[in-house]
Amino acid sequence: MSGRAVVSLKDVKRDYALGRESVHALRGVTIDVTAGDYVAIVGPSGCGKSTLLNLIGVIDKPSAGTVSIEGKRVDGMSDGEATTFRLRTIGFVFQRFYLLPILSALENVSLPMAEAGVPGKERSERAARLLEYVGLRERLSHRPSELSGGEQQRVAIARALANKPSLLLADEPTGELDAHTGAEIISLFRRLNDDGTTIVVVTHDEELATAARRQIHMRDGRIVGDAFET
Amino acid sequence: MLAVLGVAVASAMLLDMVMLASGMRESFRELLMSRGFEIRLAPKGTLPFDTDASIADVAAVTATLRTNPDIEAISPVMGASIHVPVGGRNASSATLGIDPAVQGDYELIAGEDVNRPDALVANDYLIDQLRAKVGDTLDVATGYDAQTRGYTGQRKLVLSGRVRFIYGATQQPASAMRRETLESMVEPERRNRASLFMVRIRKGADAEQVRGWIAAELPNVTAISIATAIAQVDQRLSYFRQLAFILGAVSLFVGFLLVTTLVTVSVNERAGEIAVMRAIGVSRAHVVQQIVLEGVAISSAGALAGLALGLVTARYLNTILSAFPGLPMAIDFFLFQPRAAWSALGLLVLSGIAAGIYPAWRASSLPIAESLRREAIA
Repeated sequence: MSGRAVVSLKDVKRDYALGRESVHALRGVTIDVTAGDYVAIVGPSGCGKSTLLNLIGVIDKPSAGTVSIEGKRVDGMSDGEATTFRLRTIGFVFQRFYLLPILSALENVSLPMAEAGVPGKERSERAARLLEYVGLRERLSHRPSELSGGEQQRVAIARALANKPSLLLADEPTGELDAHTGAEIISLFRRLNDDGTTIVVVTHDEELATAARRQIHMRDGRIVGDAFET
Repeated sequence: MLAVLGVAVASAMLLDMVMLASGMRESFRELLMSRGFEIRLAPKGTLPFDTDASIADVAAVTATLRTNPDIEAISPVMGASIHVPVGGRNASSATLGIDPAVQGDYELIAGEDVNRPDALVANDYLIDQLRAKVGDTLDVATGYDAQTRGYTGQRKLVLSGRVRFIYGATQQPASAMRRETLESMVEPERRNRASLFMVRIRKGADAEQVRGWIAAELPNVTAISIATAIAQVDQRLSYFRQLAFILGAVSLFVGFLLVTTLVTVSVNERAGEIAVMRAIGVSRAHVVQQIVLEGVAISSAGALAGLALGLVTARYLNTILSAFPGLPMAIDFFLFQPRAAWSALGLLVLSGIAAGIYPAWRASSLPIAESLRREAIA
């Protein structure tokens, strides 16, 4: 693959202390993700997929190796620097949607923009556009409790896109959805990628994995396969 | 809802204790100020009507006091007891010999003041005991021997009016007549004496300066200004204040712990949500701000509910405590003062901020990746 590297990991290791034992979650991972890529990280439970995603998302730090996002070293960032970096560069989607229950769909999507200091009017307009993009134009003022699981996940995706991130990360985004709703989300991810969003997903969902243009297979903290769509 | 109710109970207790700490003192000050007599003279070493002692030579004391241009009015008061036969039994009451033109002991409710030498005014408790009504003539005596059932110093007086004694205790029968009338009924050695002088000073004059002058000019009396009287009351009420302070502090601490516990539990339950907020770029400062605001919101809601609850309980407790024998009816133990209420509210908001700090620190320090992993496992 050629192109600008959005994500670049070099010989990354991540160890956890578990009592007296040391768990080696990642045992030296080196990958590059280029702009416009759609990568699915797959593998059995405990193989280090989520740990890898957390490192790419700058919510965790490696024990060794280097992590660069958009050409910037992020592994040595302070908490404040990492927070600002995530706010402006990375969008997150989680298995559980984690929308704020007292806010409407529009307000939930506006939240990261408010944190980034986007003016109120622009926030509302952009949030409405994003919700329209994910198919929720009629649900702007609904609260999470008034939305289905699939709708909540689409609000979470719109929220992840709020600050126009270079990179969208998703951890089991279809994990809590039925097959039909999951398929809608898979389709939405594909559309996002077609429109130029770089996506990295961690999943057990075969349909989601096969929808990606590239599949990275992991086992025991190592990359054991890296296949591109042909 | 139950949690806010718990905070409200602690808040009500705090408000009541703040009201108790200063209420009686303020109520006493208002009582003393109500008739505009700033200085009281009692026999040396006593408080007004604390003992049977009296000040000799009313005329000479009055003459001395009149030499001070800052003194506007002088009201000598003679205290005694009266006894009235009512249908084969004796009814007794305290009585005051006063000058109706300058008296500061009672308010006329009905009828006439003691404008005539044979007039007597009484409060409702005594009128009930006497089974009398305004206009009735009574056989009033200043002495009564319970063994012989004999009366001395007897005189026919007309019940001219119904009054309310400002310093009167609950259900204490009391009466008043002109001082010269009372003097005509007591033994000769008790005449020209006063149990108390009430002194009104000129507007703008310094009460403490006048009090000092009286103390120097009249060494046989104790001159008490409202300020010194309040200081003495403060001393006597220190137990109440200490009790109020301790219970108030305990209430505040209980409220603080309650809010801290509530917010901490809430933070623990929302660990995943907070971790996600942090992951999407919400700053630590913003998380701290939200959690502290949560503590303040719970405290404020509890404080507002506690304000209403505190006022209701204070009124109820005041009714019970004010019925304590020997206390002036006008004294309130729990006096609502906006300043005290604001103080209590301020303390509660401060405790709400303090209560939010620990859970806010916990929330902002949550390791994001670790919290998300735990949530995923859960």
